[in-house]
Amino acid sequence: MHLARVIGTVVATRKDEGLTGVKLLIVQPLTTDHAAVGKPLVALDSVGAGTGEDVFYVRGREAAFPFLPADVPADATIVGIVDHWYVEKTP
Amino acid sequence: MILGRVVGTVVATRKDERLLGAKLLLVRTIDPRGKDEAGYTVAVDTVDAGVNERVLVVTGSSARMASGLKDSPVDAAIVGIVDAVEVTD
Repeated sequence: MHLARVIGTVVATRKDEGLTGVKLLIVQPLTTDHAAVGKPLVALDSVGAGTGEDVFYVRGREAAFPFLPADVPADATIVGIVDHWYVEKTP
Repeated sequence: MILGRVVGTVVATRKDERLLGAKLLLVRTIDPRGKDEAGYTVAVDTVDAGVNERVLVVTGSSARMASGLKDSPVDAAIVGIVDAVEVTD
């Protein structure tokens, strides 16, 4: 799973029927220092996340699991909203 | 999923039999603000997209979850036509 910040939304009227009613969000992957790293991507939302929130998302075939038993063509899904994270500083 | 812009079609006569009847489109990867990125993808169209439309492309094994692609040898499928993208930062 990966840390990211929600930076936007995508609206699509015509889409696979498995995506009906699913929120599509643009997420920017983050480093542990909250810096952007890599390219933004579109992720499905399974937890009610919103723009500006830090989240973690799962990639790959497992991204469809939160929507079971529905067949959803998902390759990236937000599965948690991060309250905060803490990185142990090593000397 | 990635955002893309349909830039063309791909025609292939000899192909895996599970791809028979599949519409193959050439998709240029774009960023959320619409700027072209490096790289093209050949994707199976499941939503009747056309050239110049912005689309949602699902990649990897999840592409087979798109309607009609069960057990197809596919790793990229167009599953949505983008009406609007809103980015705040």
